[in-house]
Amino acid sequence: MSGANDKQEPESADALAPATLEAAVTAAKEQFAAATDLDGLAGVKPAHLGDSSPLLRARRAIGALPKPEKADAGKRVNEARQEIQAAYDSRLATLQAERDERVLREEAVDVTLPWDRVPRGARHPITTIAERVADVFVGMGYEVAEGPELEAEWFNFDALNFGKDHPARQLQDTFYVGDEDSNLVLRTHTSPVQARALLHRDLPVYVVCPGRTFRTDELDATHTPVFHQVEGLAVDKGITMAHLKGTLDAFAKAIFGEESGTRFRPHFFPFTEPSAEVDVWFPEKKGGAGWVEWGGCGMVNPNVLRACGVDPEVYSGFAFGMGLERTLQFRNGIPDMRDMVEGDIRFTLPFGTEA
Amino acid sequence: MRVPVSWLKEHLELSDDVTADELVDAFVRIGIEVEGVERVGEVTGPLVIGRVVEFEELTDFKKPIRYCRVEVGDQAHAAEDAEDSPEAEDTETDRDAGDTATEAEDDEDVDPTRPRTNGIICGATNFAEGDLVVVALPGAVLPGGFAISARKTYGHVSEGMICSARELGLGEDHTGILVLPSGTASPGDDAREVLDLADTVLELAPTPDRGYTLSVRGLARELACALDAPFGDPAKIEVPAADEDAWPVRIEDPAGCHRFVLRRVTGLDAGAPTPWWMRRRLLLAGMRSISLAVDVTNYVMLELGHPLHAFDTGSVKGDLVVRRAKPGEKLVTLDDAERALDPDDVVIADDSGVISLAGTMGGAGTEINDDSTDVLLEAAHWDPASISRTARRHKLFSEAAKRFERFTDPQLCAVAVERAARLLRQYGDGSIRPGRTDEGEPPQPEAITMPISLPDQVAGVRYERGVTVRRLTQIGCKIAVGTADDGTALVTAVPPSWRGDLVQPADLVEEVLRLEGYDSIPSTLPPAPAGRGLTDAQRRRRAVSRALAEAGFVEVLPFPFVPGSVWDAFALPEDDPRRRTLAVRNPLEADKNQLATTLLPGLLETMQRNIARGFRDLALFHIGQVVLPGEKHGHAPDPGVEQRPGDEELAALEQAVPDQPVHVAAVLSGYRRRPGWWGEGEHASWADAVQAARTVAEAAGVEVRTEAADLLPWHPGRCARLRVGDWPVGHAGELHPKVIEALGLPKRTVAMELDLDAIPLLDNRPAPSISPFPPVLLDVALVVDATVPSAELADALRRGAGELLEEVALFDSYTGEQVGEGKRSLAYKLRFRAPDRTLTVEEATQARDAAVAAATERFGAVLRG
Repeated sequence: MSGANDKQEPESADALAPATLEAAVTAAKEQFAAATDLDGLAGVKPAHLGDSSPLLRARRAIGALPKPEKADAGKRVNEARQEIQAAYDSRLATLQAERDERVLREEAVDVTLPWDRVPRGARHPITTIAERVADVFVGMGYEVAEGPELEAEWFNFDALNFGKDHPARQLQDTFYVGDEDSNLVLRTHTSPVQARALLHRDLPVYVVCPGRTFRTDELDATHTPVFHQVEGLAVDKGITMAHLKGTLDAFAKAIFGEESGTRFRPHFFPFTEPSAEVDVWFPEKKGGAGWVEWGGCGMVNPNVLRACGVDPEVYSGFAFGMGLERTLQFRNGIPDMRDMVEGDIRFTLPFGTEA
Repeated sequence: MRVPVSWLKEHLELSDDVTADELVDAFVRIGIEVEGVERVGEVTGPLVIGRVVEFEELTDFKKPIRYCRVEVGDQAHAAEDAEDSPEAEDTETDRDAGDTATEAEDDEDVDPTRPRTNGIICGATNFAEGDLVVVALPGAVLPGGFAISARKTYGHVSEGMICSARELGLGEDHTGILVLPSGTASPGDDAREVLDLADTVLELAPTPDRGYTLSVRGLARELACALDAPFGDPAKIEVPAADEDAWPVRIEDPAGCHRFVLRRVTGLDAGAPTPWWMRRRLLLAGMRSISLAVDVTNYVMLELGHPLHAFDTGSVKGDLVVRRAKPGEKLVTLDDAERALDPDDVVIADDSGVISLAGTMGGAGTEINDDSTDVLLEAAHWDPASISRTARRHKLFSEAAKRFERFTDPQLCAVAVERAARLLRQYGDGSIRPGRTDEGEPPQPEAITMPISLPDQVAGVRYERGVTVRRLTQIGCKIAVGTADDGTALVTAVPPSWRGDLVQPADLVEEVLRLEGYDSIPSTLPPAPAGRGLTDAQRRRRAVSRALAEAGFVEVLPFPFVPGSVWDAFALPEDDPRRRTLAVRNPLEADKNQLATTLLPGLLETMQRNIARGFRDLALFHIGQVVLPGEKHGHAPDPGVEQRPGDEELAALEQAVPDQPVHVAAVLSGYRRRPGWWGEGEHASWADAVQAARTVAEAAGVEVRTEAADLLPWHPGRCARLRVGDWPVGHAGELHPKVIEALGLPKRTVAMELDLDAIPLLDNRPAPSISPFPPVLLDVALVVDATVPSAELADALRRGAGELLEEVALFDSYTGEQVGEGKRSLAYKLRFRAPDRTLTVEEATQARDAAVAAATERFGAVLRG
């Protein structure tokens, strides 16, 4: 017994009466159950489990009992106390769970609120499709070659077997730069990169050249003076037109799906002989799957190989080229070419960082 | 080129059931683009020949109107009457000329002695009383669904319409109504039969290397090859020998003119009409009928592909000379334009001076006119390149020039002239004079030898035996087969005279492949080489682009063309290197002719376009080449193409091309962080521009360092020069208020531009060693002069602290009373850590003190209490 207890009055033996204990248990259970929140429960707890609670008083009364009765009374008091404690713990757990749930409920927010504090960014779809095409060819073992947009005429025309008086060399197609005898042009195609690749790389050469190109077309719904092309070049021993067809078929499938493929129509380009125009099978064509004009291709003209120091008796090659704006225009259903060049953020944003 | 199918079929042995669509497929298969297929003469209902009996000029209207009485035959009336009756309605659409005639026989109202006439209003004036015309009667439906009915107009009931060629679907000629030569038909005849109206016209666009296909001869031959059908060459006509010249001619410029042929026709009936069949073909080919002599030259050009010129002999003075123009010479051409000639132009001259721009357009002075009875027919072979230059120089893209610049058959000159002379004799009553001028040495095609299996090797196909010889023979080559010393079977082909494009084995290979069909070429992949993937620079550019997009920037691709005025708006000094631009000689917009030396003008213009469309909060970026001519810009040499240029030549060539480094630039305006339900927004500031540069640097794996700079178009107090190591790589900050005002940009617009190529590529990034021991964190606040850059103070701390310092981070910058005028307090968090042990606070404090001491020594920094 503690000193504190010593100061208290000795408890009456009535406190140990079974009816008293039973009444204490019932009262405690009722009051715990009546507590609707944790504060209420805490408020009634001392009356039933505190120092002046009936149970504590009963325990103190045990000391006054004759020895033989002590054990039995102690057991009854303990049982009653355990029952009250259990009722308390159970109610406490219930009320805590209710409280936790309420707090979470109260912390709920409108998750549909916008959080566009920093405006979104996006990459231009021309950039991403150029990368995608490059990746397709890198996967086939090609390397990506690049070159200057302002080019020497020799690279843009002469080396590619354009005669001095070829119509494409004339003013209506080509942007001429600098004074009359500077011999500089804005490249009209990415083909000068092919010439540079052949001049500087070791054979065999397998390169793909995406890049910006220029022709003096007025800007309208289907033309732009500044556009992008991707060209490919393979020069090796034993390269055939069948290899060209296989490569373009693989390219078409990578960009337009497994059902896609290509069709060749004979055509003329100074830098290839034989030459062909390429149509691609486009499964999602407006109005039903069908062929769409896609680009040009052919076997590298021996004159081009010679000008670039490659022996056409030993090596052969193929080359092809497509307009990226045109490819995007029909693949993504872009109604007006101007949307691709004006830089309106509404055009670019939906493409995100990858297209 | 437009050509009626019936004309093509005339030279081919094809079964009648070969349709126009099959011909179109054949053309496409062998590489002749078909741009249009037009069914012409699709007229239903009564279309008859009429004779204008009389007409009355109506003068009450703004334009001349004639009210004509037109004899249209009895049958036509019968048909018309029949149509009025209900039972005839059902058969209307099916009715053809035969039905109409049959029905007319039963019509009892017709008085056979007095021809019935229709009153018809006509707005054309190119006809006279008694002329034969084409009349669409009520009930007729003309091409384009144009239904004819009797209707009141200009105060009269018009019972039908007198048709122009265009209204009948015969070409575009709408200069007047169609008048037929008298005696060729009778009023009431079904005009469909008389005019041979129904046909299909193909619009073909051959490639520029195949000049021979700009003719019925060439196109029919192509079809013959494609369809393996026998071909009848319209050029196969006998040219009689001639002992004397038709007219004296001297070729003084044999490089420009390889052959010159003249034939003279005299006693021509100047008013003789062109036969309908010829007019019809010209109309369907898109040409107007002018006069017999002119029509004949055009007709022969379309048929054979060889342009002809007809001189009025009476206007030619003395010998003809073919030469280059002399400086200052002028010529009035057929289109009545006076042209100043260039010494590079090949011309034909007589004693009076230049009378024709050779191969391009004749002169007005010797033009065939309404009274010409004596003509000189000329056919010549001109140097294609020379014609091409002349046509472009004078912007004269005549039908003749179009053919000459694509190469004409030099063997055809005498044939073409002969064909034209005979047509003039036949239809114009002329006599062909016995003499013929034939000067010059036409070029001879050179033989080409190649392995007979070369087509197989190029295509990757095993063709049937004999394919090479068969196809080359088919296109007109003379073939010899042989064997090389090593046993390879060879074929030697002499190309036909009309194929100037066949000069090397590859050209012959293409002929075999295209005629065998490109669809027979299989699809196989070449053996894959071992690629090395993207280069470091390429991967870096992708990383930079993605990093900026993920940081909220939108990529745009502005054109590189900028106006010179932008450098004034940027207030750049006269000697600023960015003003040193190259100009486009033929810009689309005259004032936007300079190639950008910086990406900012294009970005700012794009920003303004977006602002004009209602967007204010903008963050845009562009990665692209700029053109920096610098001092070195010279002239690119021309090393020729016969072989690889020598190393020095190649170096000179590449040296002449200006530097074009890849830049990355970004511009921002409006809110960088928007206001919203979360609270206030933040406007884009100079710091966001610098941060954009840091984003680029991080993506590139380098650290960018900043220092104050004063460079237009930036604000002199808000511009950072960016360095990687010791390399200056660009600038970032707020734009100068005057520049913003001059360009009309939003206030406080900010921008950054970096030379991506100047940022060194990292070969390999060394991994850091990570210490697992705990750090010691210490703060210092230092008071320094307000002008001391925070970055440099941080550097001083870093240097002083030594190796235990892991990171220094600025967390506060304060100016105000507590630190005094002209001073600033900068507070840094220092994180110390040892690599091999738990650092004690004492060690860290020592290092901190050393750091402060260094800052004090360098900038007089005072530790703030």
